[in-house]
Amino acid sequence: MKSELLKLLSRNARYTASQLADMLATDEKTVNDMMKDLEKQGVIKGYKTVIDWERVENPDVSAIIELNVVPKAGLGFEDVAEKIAAYSEVETVYLVSGDYDLHVVVKAKSLQDVAKFVARELAPIDSITATTTNFVMRRYKEMDVKLYDSDRDDRGDFLL
Amino acid sequence: MIDYSLVLNPDVCEIKPSGIRKFFDIAATMDDVISLGVGEPDFPTPWQIRAAGISSLERSKTKYTSNSGLEALREEISKYLDRKYNTKYDPKSEILVTVGGSEAIDAAIRALVTKGDEVIIPQPSYVCYEPITALSGGIPVIIETKAQDNFKLTKKQLLSAISDKTKVLILPFPCNPTGAVMEREDLEEIAEVLRDKNIIVISDEIYSELTFTKKPHVSIASLDGMKERTITVNGFSKSFSMTGWRLGFACGPKEIMQQITKIHQFAIMCAPTTSQYAAIEALRSCDEVVKEMQLEYNRRRRLMVSGFNRIGLSCREPFGAFYAFPSIESTGLSSDEFCERLLKEKAVAVVPGTAFGKGGEGFIRVSYCYSAEHILEALKRIGEFVENLKK
Repeated sequence: MKSELLKLLSRNARYTASQLADMLATDEKTVNDMMKDLEKQGVIKGYKTVIDWERVENPDVSAIIELNVVPKAGLGFEDVAEKIAAYSEVETVYLVSGDYDLHVVVKAKSLQDVAKFVARELAPIDSITATTTNFVMRRYKEMDVKLYDSDRDDRGDFLL
Repeated sequence: MIDYSLVLNPDVCEIKPSGIRKFFDIAATMDDVISLGVGEPDFPTPWQIRAAGISSLERSKTKYTSNSGLEALREEISKYLDRKYNTKYDPKSEILVTVGGSEAIDAAIRALVTKGDEVIIPQPSYVCYEPITALSGGIPVIIETKAQDNFKLTKKQLLSAISDKTKVLILPFPCNPTGAVMEREDLEEIAEVLRDKNIIVISDEIYSELTFTKKPHVSIASLDGMKERTITVNGFSKSFSMTGWRLGFACGPKEIMQQITKIHQFAIMCAPTTSQYAAIEALRSCDEVVKEMQLEYNRRRRLMVSGFNRIGLSCREPFGAFYAFPSIESTGLSSDEFCERLLKEKAVAVVPGTAFGKGGEGFIRVSYCYSAEHILEALKRIGEFVENLKK
């Protein structure tokens, strides 16, 4: 039931305990206990909002930065990954397979700010051998949520 | 000026238009309607199925198929029915691919019913059986299933409806709109009545993948002695979220299927070819996707049933299809009044139980083919509406 609870919460963190209990065929207490457990275990790290920033005035600029990294002996990628994750400008850090090693999403006020951040903070890190900066032009889907409007329900209001 | 009353078929003119027409008209003038009115899945057709349809188009598979449908599809249907419902049908002579379950029902009734034949129809149920029977000159004999029986058809009711003119029993379970399901022991009782009679069951099992009982759906054709007196109707619309593809099938004894196929051949020629190719993929690779959709329907179902009971509209657990059928008796309104006022005052669209037969009075049909968020918002508004009625 835990994985089903997580699935529902990842869809909508604002379901009430009673609504979750209905959907999971259990009672509110069980839901509350499970959530507390999952928080304690560090499985649930937080509850955030999905925002379409493009609808906000002066939205931040995001870029996906591909970093090639030489892993450090004994530490692998941990050291550099955690160092990068510590910046507040950094939204996401993934170690990935493929042509590069670290997938980093950076957010800043402007293109210049992102460029500056990469040039001054990321590129000089010793073990980083190359960086590629890809600015995000438009978001279509964020955390499972479609951000575009054309996906309306086109079924009739009454169909037997 | 031509006098249309002289040229139109009076039998057709006599068919009553759907009772929900007026709700359409009201809803059309409003732009913020939240509907719980539709009877079709909100899930997109699984991409594997869409891809198979597209691929068939790319390979230029755009000709007629044989009248009965692609042989490969009939073979898959045969395997599917065997593995799911333990019913065995010969793909060559006992399965016909149709334009949705609807065409299968129409052709089956037309193949069996002639002037004066009685067709037993349990209601509340889907709206097509009565007019199609009437068009064949048959006489609809309505059994009103009861809330206290969980809207199941009982042996007693069936016995009292059967006469020496009875030709067909329609068995619409899992049931739209009541959500009723006939389990094995319920079907055994019906089968017991029918085994020594010349009555054919048209078992409309279009919602067979959507049951929420402990045991999976049982087809009456799988019971002893029943296959030879049953036409099973099913399709892809509800189970695989393929409503717009218009694809269903009928299965039954070859003596009957030969006649049904003649009607199909002259009226339809063959079911849509692209849809048939897509459906092969549906049966071959989509068990997991179907299961995922079932789980989601079940969550919404529980959310909705609890929601109605909390509001004070008593709602029995619907064990099949994707509708809740709560009672609105406590409000003192008729089904029609309730739906009209709810639409006008709270912009929520639901269907009056009476759209599915007189026995639906006192109930509304509410579909849960919507996201949980949508359902919760609608329930909130219905709750406010019911509260206001008390003032």
